[in-house]
Amino acid sequence: MNQQLLSLAIWLPILGAVPVFWAGSDRRDLVRWLALAVAVAGFLVTIPLYTGFDPKLAGMQFVEQAPWIPRFNVQYFLGVDGISMPFILLNAFITLMVVLAGWEVIEEKQAQYMGAFLVMSGLMNGIFSALDGVLFYVFFEASLIPMYIIIGVWGGPNRVYAAIKFFLYTLLGSLLMLVALLWLFLESRGSFNILDWHQLQIGMKPQILIFIAFLVSFAVKVPMWPVHTWLPDAHVEAPTGGSVVLAAIALKLGAYGFVRFSLPIVPDAAHYMANFMITLSLIAVVYIGFVALVQTDMKKLIAYSSISHMGFVTLGFFIFNQLGIEGALVQMISHGFISGAMFLCVGVMYDRVHSRQIADYGGVVHTMPKFAALFVFFAMANSGLPATSGFVGEFMVILGAIKANFWLGFLAATTLILGAAYTLWMIKRVVYGPVGNHHVAEMQDISGREFLFLGLLALCVLAMGLYPFPFTEVMHASVDNLLKHVAVSKL
Amino acid sequence: MLNNFVMPDLYPAAPEIFLLVMSFLVLFVDLVFGATHRWMAAMLTAVSLLGAAAITLVTSDPQPVLTFSGMFIDDMLADFLKLMTYLAVLMMLVYSRQYLADRGLDKGEFYLLVIYATMGMMIMISAASFLTMYLGLELMSLSLYGLVAINRDSVRGTEAAMKYFVLGALASGLLLYGMSMVYGATGSLELGGIAQALYHAQAEKTVLVFGLVFIVAGIAFKLGLVPFHMWIPDVYHGAPTAVTMFIGSAPKLAAFAMALRLLVYGLLGLATDWQKMLLVMAVLSIALGNLAAIAQSNIKRMLAYSAISHMGYMVLGLMSGMVAGKIDPFTATNAYSSALYYTVAYVLMSLGAFGTVLLLSRAGYEAENLEDFKGLNKRSPWFAAMMLIMMFSMAGIPFFIGFFAKFAVLLAAIKAGYVTVAVIAVMFSLIGAFYYLRVVKLMYFDAPVDSAPITAGLDMRVLLSLNGIAVAGLGLFPNEVMMLCTTALLRSV
Repeated sequence: MNQQLLSLAIWLPILGAVPVFWAGSDRRDLVRWLALAVAVAGFLVTIPLYTGFDPKLAGMQFVEQAPWIPRFNVQYFLGVDGISMPFILLNAFITLMVVLAGWEVIEEKQAQYMGAFLVMSGLMNGIFSALDGVLFYVFFEASLIPMYIIIGVWGGPNRVYAAIKFFLYTLLGSLLMLVALLWLFLESRGSFNILDWHQLQIGMKPQILIFIAFLVSFAVKVPMWPVHTWLPDAHVEAPTGGSVVLAAIALKLGAYGFVRFSLPIVPDAAHYMANFMITLSLIAVVYIGFVALVQTDMKKLIAYSSISHMGFVTLGFFIFNQLGIEGALVQMISHGFISGAMFLCVGVMYDRVHSRQIADYGGVVHTMPKFAALFVFFAMANSGLPATSGFVGEFMVILGAIKANFWLGFLAATTLILGAAYTLWMIKRVVYGPVGNHHVAEMQDISGREFLFLGLLALCVLAMGLYPFPFTEVMHASVDNLLKHVAVSKL
Repeated sequence: MLNNFVMPDLYPAAPEIFLLVMSFLVLFVDLVFGATHRWMAAMLTAVSLLGAAAITLVTSDPQPVLTFSGMFIDDMLADFLKLMTYLAVLMMLVYSRQYLADRGLDKGEFYLLVIYATMGMMIMISAASFLTMYLGLELMSLSLYGLVAINRDSVRGTEAAMKYFVLGALASGLLLYGMSMVYGATGSLELGGIAQALYHAQAEKTVLVFGLVFIVAGIAFKLGLVPFHMWIPDVYHGAPTAVTMFIGSAPKLAAFAMALRLLVYGLLGLATDWQKMLLVMAVLSIALGNLAAIAQSNIKRMLAYSAISHMGYMVLGLMSGMVAGKIDPFTATNAYSSALYYTVAYVLMSLGAFGTVLLLSRAGYEAENLEDFKGLNKRSPWFAAMMLIMMFSMAGIPFFIGFFAKFAVLLAAIKAGYVTVAVIAVMFSLIGAFYYLRVVKLMYFDAPVDSAPITAGLDMRVLLSLNGIAVAGLGLFPNEVMMLCTTALLRSV
């Protein structure tokens, strides 16, 4: 049983989506309960991944290896280390939240909505656990299909533009990555095994070309400045669930790609390009932080805040020290919880007022006190308040950056001010003050279901902020191993 | 004189002979029962194809067999391609049954022409000399001209047939001219003999290359490569959809066989020359096909331009057999099998896509505009999903067969050192993704304009479902078909 856990985590949600599709959108209760059952089961099967994980081992665990396409030596090769394992849990957890969040508000084609998210969840588990280049690529690109449908069918007024932009932008990157993967296959004399590639000797010029090919792919996905423009569009137009999955999981795929591919396969190019990467990251942190400040649309604001936070992640990776990389990984998980929660909060308000504009709100605390408490809490976490998970990752990355260079750390630390500024200013305008208009006056406080998913997320954010050890513990050995690997030249 | 005549071994050509005999039977049955029992001709055609498939399987020999004085070859590649051809034609017959009946096109001529076109393809597939190749090509082409014009009252159909005929005749002329040059230089019509002559470098190079240019032009016309692609959009658009589906599927297999037999089995000695020509045409086809498809509002024209780009990708594999001026059997087999796999995958996807177009058509109504796909997800989620699979597969998105086809071809191209070409090819497939996405957008994001229920018969529903499942299933488990393609090539000359 232990041997097939990863396969189960991937295929259970995907196969579970079949009866959900089958049930059809007319039988809403059946669809919802089925989807919930699959999501819960999908989450339960990932728990043994954590409990059975040996944090002392740096290598891959729960490995499954079988030939898939012997013609090209492609293998069905799965495994997780301390870097990828937490994301599978996060993904399964967020999927559960999304199913709960779509319970009542999705009225059109609910079966397809729920089914698409379940498929998406399985595919993303596949991305995090694939150790074969082709398998990774296949999951990576297949995950575009459900997201395209989700944005395009249940999205806002400009959804078609956003969906196509999202798809083509991401495809642009992944196609270049495909060429790089094929090149690596030929260079390694017929292996698509990522772990083999980690040992491959590559000259400097091809290293840089491969790095760039991967960079385009992952930078679009992260997204890094200046290829970030698809994200605000996609976030604004996507339904709440779509925004949550995009922000919480999909963005992490790019960052994960850096640690799984770019750093270990082409370390020399990574060092060579480090300053460039750090510059891009800092631009994302500082410039995008300012951009977030002037947004009038809440979803757009959170989208820009996501880009800024992800800039922290890439910064952490490219300063090449333990604190930086671990901090970045912690930041990724924490951002998964917080951004997911923020989008859910906006979704809760949108369901009542049908507006995302900050100007259409004001004084929400008077009509929705329970909700306001949670929303403010998540906002605090988003701006990096100590004792929330937002603080841990940012603090670690800033410390790591200062170790590398004081001014780097200084610039990175401005995010603490900027993040607080744009988040709290939004909170001030939306939650506090006098009741803005009659729509706000008529708002009902959150239902038990809404309280359930927001409360669960709040618990996670708090737990991770107060006691991050269980998260960092599992990463330690793997990050250590990664750093050792990156330090060795492959020329 | 007759004393010298040796009866050739007919055994390897048994499927062709069987089909020829059956064609007379179809003609006869149509004559007697055509007025009252139209279904009989269709049924008999299907039975003939199944019979031919059975004979092909039974007479299959792992060793290549030459007959008719070395003009006809029966090898594993021929068997494989013929079986795929029967499959494609059979699927076409099932898909188009209702469509033809609604329009009164299900006449005996239609089935007869289909059988002869199929025979033409089979002869092309088995051709081992210039003469048989040309015979097969003309048999196929002339039948296809007739099929395009089968709807006598359709002005567009007649115009398309005329264009097809004039351009096709020109291409045949070019091909013949090139063949005569090569014959003049090598003194042989048999592909084996030509290869020998080239190997011993006995022939005049200038004449050979001159002839080669014309032969490549003839092949490019049949494949629909830029700049010999002009007929494709008009013919696809003008022909009745059932015939478009026919032209867009099985003949691609025959054209692949033609390219492989002529260029690889015959003219491999000139590979450095034809490789460059194919490279230019492949890149142009990928570029123009994908760009022009964006501007189309008619799905048949869109699929026509998409066919041009797909053949470009296929040729990318075909020309990658030679690395740095040398031919290594292992690399070459890989490259040719990637092209073969691409062709097979494309035929499957093309059948499915046109199948959906036929599904939406009904008596008196041609669903050939992109608008007709609007809101298909509301009308029929299942068939919308099938078309979604076809579109994403054609765009080269995994887990569908189209992705692995592109994967194999790109791998071959990179192995042959064409990294830049591979990058160009994937960039254009990004542009191509746009128009496939647009079809998905119409089906899923838009509200239906046409809310008539889908009236297709059970046979079509089942076949379209199977087709979609095949495109997805062969994407999840692509190894078997890949291996089949490689084995077929290894066991050929």
